[in-house]
Amino acid sequence: MGEPLLKTETRDIGLDTGMAKLTPEKIEKVINEVLENETGAKLKVYVDTCVHCGLCSEGCHYYMSNDKNPIYSPAGKVKQTIWEILDKKGKVSPEFIRRAAEIAYTECNLCKRCAMYCPFGIDVAYLMLVVRRICHKLGVIPQYIQDTAHSHAATMNQMWVKEEEWIDTLFWQEEEAAEEIENLRIPLDKEGAEIMYSVIGPEPKFRAQLIYEVAVIMNAAGLDWTMPSMPGWDNSDMAMYTGDNELMGRLKKEHFEAAERLKVKKIVMGECGHAFRSVYDMGNRQLGWKMPPVRMVHALEFYYELFKAGKIKIPEKYSKGVTLHDPCNVIRGRGLHEMSRYTVNKICSNFIEMTPNREHNYCCCAGGGVINCGPPFRNKRVVSDRVKAEQLMAAKEKGAEVVIAPCHNCHGGLEDIIDHYKLDMELKFLCDIIYEVMEKPE
Amino acid sequence: MHTLYNFVSGPLAWLAFIIFFGGSIYKIVSMMKLAKKKDTAVYEYWDGYYALRSILRWITPFATVNWRKNPVMTVVTFAFHICLVIAPIFLCAHVLLVKEAFDISWWYLPDGVTDIMALIVIFSCGYFLYRRKTKAEVKFLTSSSDYWLLLMVVAPFATGFWAYHQLFGYNLMFILHMLSGEIMLAAIPFTRLSHMLYAIFTRGYIGSEFGAVRHARDW
Ligand code: SF4
Ligand code: SF4
Ligand code: SF4
Repeated sequence: MGEPLLKTETRDIGLDTGMAKLTPEKIEKVINEVLENETGAKLKVYVDTCVHCGLCSEGCHYYMSNDKNPIYSPAGKVKQTIWEILDKKGKVSPEFIRRAAEIAYTECNLCKRCAMYCPFGIDVAYLMLVVRRICHKLGVIPQYIQDTAHSHAATMNQMWVKEEEWIDTLFWQEEEAAEEIENLRIPLDKEGAEIMYSVIGPEPKFRAQLIYEVAVIMNAAGLDWTMPSMPGWDNSDMAMYTGDNELMGRLKKEHFEAAERLKVKKIVMGECGHAFRSVYDMGNRQLGWKMPPVRMVHALEFYYELFKAGKIKIPEKYSKGVTLHDPCNVIRGRGLHEMSRYTVNKICSNFIEMTPNREHNYCCCAGGGVINCGPPFRNKRVVSDRVKAEQLMAAKEKGAEVVIAPCHNCHGGLEDIIDHYKLDMELKFLCDIIYEVMEKPE
Repeated sequence: MHTLYNFVSGPLAWLAFIIFFGGSIYKIVSMMKLAKKKDTAVYEYWDGYYALRSILRWITPFATVNWRKNPVMTVVTFAFHICLVIAPIFLCAHVLLVKEAFDISWWYLPDGVTDIMALIVIFSCGYFLYRRKTKAEVKFLTSSSDYWLLLMVVAPFATGFWAYHQLFGYNLMFILHMLSGEIMLAAIPFTRLSHMLYAIFTRGYIGSEFGAVRHARDW
């Protein structure tokens, strides 16, 4: 039964203590509750249809990067988790659950690339989410990501940012910007504005300059925009990835309601992939919205619209060689690849494609909450994306010095990859470059 | 021998067809009902145009990235599936049998062609077996049921080939041919052979999600 291939696990307080509290009875009860109440035809049909052909394997960067070790193939991960769970009708051991949790949380980015390789279109990401849901209900979750979920629950943002801290950060960015551009404002709670701009929790915490840059862009384009001062400003969602669907629903409700209160026409969100998945695909569904109740515009689409309408002028394009990472959640998740290329070509004179690209691009291995599982799993995550490093290397050989990663998670993931494989490439958000080369008002 | 022959070609054949058709309808209807209850999203996001776009893509050899990445498997699996379905339906002997029993008939293929098709099925199964045994990623997924499934599929073709060529003991082979064909037919709705029934739904659904919601291609 492939036992010898199972690796020794990484120590993690969340997984270890979670496992220690389990009993076989509790496991069986919770599993059957989830299977009974929360899954149905989709799960059954996926499991019955899989012909064990292994054709999905090459779709997964974990498999490709770990010398084609079959335990990392998409169906291989399903075999080690759901198949066994269904076979044994939930009668599995605490150790089994721990291993299943490690697979589902740290060995799959839910990037859905494999769905494009399976002839039947079996959605392994969905199956891994079912495993995560079970693990969440059993309390076996990596510590770091659970901490972010706690933060969401307590503060409605991912980073334990206090309300005054949030407002202070915006004032501070506004002040900074004012030195460069007089009269630049970051309008708070402006009712009836056209756009509500929302960001992820880590932005005010670690990357406040991104808010600054976007404020300059909004200002130069003469847009009517606002940011909420109250909870709902954070569009991120780690609950979606821990399997805490109820919390995911609460978070999205807060976010959509912030927009409704401000009576805006649309929400524009920063360069983040998972947050977009949360508002456009998973969170809205949890709340019973087929499509988000407010129009959701991801940064890539937003920039595209700006350039298309000629609202931003570029006196001189960025001249360094750049390559572009396609974040799964907005490319496979929303098809924004041509829009992002349009913008890149508008602002950069030397754009080098990495291959494979667009829908077939490899994930950064940070997504799906994997990077949020923290240091214990960092090494595995970086080693498991060797193919990404090779992809970047090839682009570098063609002259790319800068990697544009229009997604926060991708940024974090690629940073580690560039560092580990000594690629010596610069990493930028799209707005970093737009800000740098655009014509700014005085 | 004679009574056995009559039994296998009579009541058992009826039973096999009833189980196959009844079982298939039952499976599809019950899954649709279950989906209606538990996976409403499937209905909400189903989009005929994009479902068809995805299905057509994937039933065209070499039209997807993964088909191109695995040329041998692609050729074998397409040849296998085509022969598996076409050969039994358009085999002269089968058509004659139906004509005799129900007085309905249709066009049929020359024996030489169906003979080759049977061989293609047999050799394809050999290739699938070889793949299961040698490729680590397939081996890892393999359990004993996969071998039984393979045996179940190859048996009617191997025995049919044998009987047609009147090789040694062909009378027995003939009975085994009918029996194994009936077993396979009846097993379709209740084993992983049901991918035959479900494929359009799984492919169509992911095609709908990718096409209509995500605005992306899925091949
Ligand atoms: S990481 Fe992506 S490709 Fe790999 S199994 Fe998960 S969803 Fe599939
Ligand atoms: S998920 Fe699809 S590609 Fe992977 S083994 Fe199953 S049927 Fe084959
Ligand atoms: S972090 Fe980026 S590349 Fe990775 S899954 Fe998310 S969107 Fe995809």
